[in-house]
Amino acid sequence: MESPPLWVPLFTTIVVFAFFLLSTALLIWAERRVVARMQTRLGPNRVGPLGILQTLVDGVKMFFKEDITPGMVNKPVYTLAPLVGVIAGFLAIAVIPIGGEVTLFGETFTLVVADLHVGALWILALGSIHVYSVFLAGWASNSPYPLLGGIRSSAQMVSYEIAMGLAVASVFIYAGSLRISDIIEAQAGDGLIPGMPGWFAIPLLPAFLVFVVGMVAEAGRPPFDLAEAEGELVGGFNTEYSGMRFGMFMLAEFMQVVTMSAIVVTLFLGGPSGPTFGLPDAIAWVMPIFWFSLKMSLFIFFFILLRGALPRARYHRLMDLGWKVLIPVALVWTMVTAAFVLLNELGGLATETRWVLAGIAGVIVIGLLVLGSSPDDASDAPVPPDEDPAASDHDKVTS
Amino acid sequence: MTGHDAVFLLVALFTGGAALLTVTSKNLFHAALFLAATLAGIAGVFLVLRADFLALVQLVVYVGAVAVLFLFGLMVTRAPIGREALDGQNRGLALAVSGTLFVVLSGLIIQSFGGVRAAEVTGPGIREIGIAIFAHWVLPFELLSMLLLAALIGAILLARRESGESGEESVERRIDFGDEPSTEAGAQALPAADTAGELPAGEPVAGGER
Repeated sequence: MESPPLWVPLFTTIVVFAFFLLSTALLIWAERRVVARMQTRLGPNRVGPLGILQTLVDGVKMFFKEDITPGMVNKPVYTLAPLVGVIAGFLAIAVIPIGGEVTLFGETFTLVVADLHVGALWILALGSIHVYSVFLAGWASNSPYPLLGGIRSSAQMVSYEIAMGLAVASVFIYAGSLRISDIIEAQAGDGLIPGMPGWFAIPLLPAFLVFVVGMVAEAGRPPFDLAEAEGELVGGFNTEYSGMRFGMFMLAEFMQVVTMSAIVVTLFLGGPSGPTFGLPDAIAWVMPIFWFSLKMSLFIFFFILLRGALPRARYHRLMDLGWKVLIPVALVWTMVTAAFVLLNELGGLATETRWVLAGIAGVIVIGLLVLGSSPDDASDAPVPPDEDPAASDHDKVTS
Repeated sequence: MTGHDAVFLLVALFTGGAALLTVTSKNLFHAALFLAATLAGIAGVFLVLRADFLALVQLVVYVGAVAVLFLFGLMVTRAPIGREALDGQNRGLALAVSGTLFVVLSGLIIQSFGGVRAAEVTGPGIREIGIAIFAHWVLPFELLSMLLLAALIGAILLARRESGESGEESVERRIDFGDEPSTEAGAQALPAADTAGELPAGEPVAGGER
């Protein structure tokens, strides 16, 4: 296999980069329109048809706004924080294929920047570096609200990373490889029933659900956007930021939505696979890109609906969900997946036995969920403000 | 010197510099940040040595979890942003221990891998790493996890013992309203010796509030 000329991977990189950047811009516009529709407003409708160019105009505005650096901040860290977020967001997309192979101008383009043999880990690693952006911003701002936002976000992200890591682990145990193209390959073909796609979302349903909840928390999106919680923390970690640095945080957040949607599609919904309807080879390469964009758009839409529909979760609810529900479920399902794969290697099971075993496991998981969450509801009532009078008395005594 | 060597040298210099700054930095938070940079640099060293699995695990575990927890702890305990007089009393001891450890470890590494040419090294596959950890070296692995569990329980125990007392010391710093003159004239009327006696010079926290 001879290596292609240098401009081919360079061109691919730019195409993939532009694809995700364009998706981010469209997401910002779509979110404003959809949320406006849900709240019986109009949303942006002035610039371009249906206001589609609003993001562009906003970007220009961000660039020309004054960039204020407050006097009390820790300058190097303050400058570094937004950059870390954007760079980690951009790097994470490098392992995600947005389509199959494309042959144009006599060259073959594989629509992925780098198909690393540890691709799944790359996604996790960049996700964990993304954490730094938020809490470095919170700390460097030297101001109470950003600090609270930073603390919240670091605890939240570290907690949900465990659950997400376990969900990804069950994917690569099932696929038997960390390489993203192998994971997509393993999802090709039929599922348990002929004609059903062999997506991992079906055999690994608990892991899929854990990942979907975890990705919302990891992206810091409503209902898990406690790091910026504008109702309680002013702007959370980005309170002291303005101009393009604030814009970079915005970009990183929305980018994270797109990246997470792309990752979940790749790991659980077969990535760019899909029927080509017997199109001629010359244009059949469009279909994988179309399928990938469609699946990704569905998840992006899901993110937007969540933002419009759900109120922000309380912090201890968030932690309860992460530690008491998601991590046990993901842990159990990783073990179950590993046992299945091991049984398969030792000789395999009949399809009927698999169904029965999967059913039993599902019943156990649901039973545990129901049993585990019921005693919590009693203790969930808001604490009566007993301590407040005592505290003010104490104040009077000391003064 | 090949390009590979040059890259290795750069990564090694970065890692070493960050490690040096970790122990010499006066600010606790900066020290933790440099620690994170050092750990990321070690991942870079792994990457140069073609062990990409190890490099990414290093990133996920150490940079993404351990260092974040360090920083999280510092933020919760209200680490000051500015300069802080931070100096342990055990500098000599620490130097001796780490120096000995360095000599012993590098001696061992040179003794076991000294003859291997760098060009022959290719990172082992993930399958081989898994089999090595969970089949051949399972006992040390489990012992290590027991050690970590013990450390975890110990940390919880230490933290819980002090939980009843937290927040008490802030009472003394409370601003006293009422018995302080709020005007400039009142401040001059106050005997200067009184304030000077109460607040020794060089106590910026209490002085700022008075």
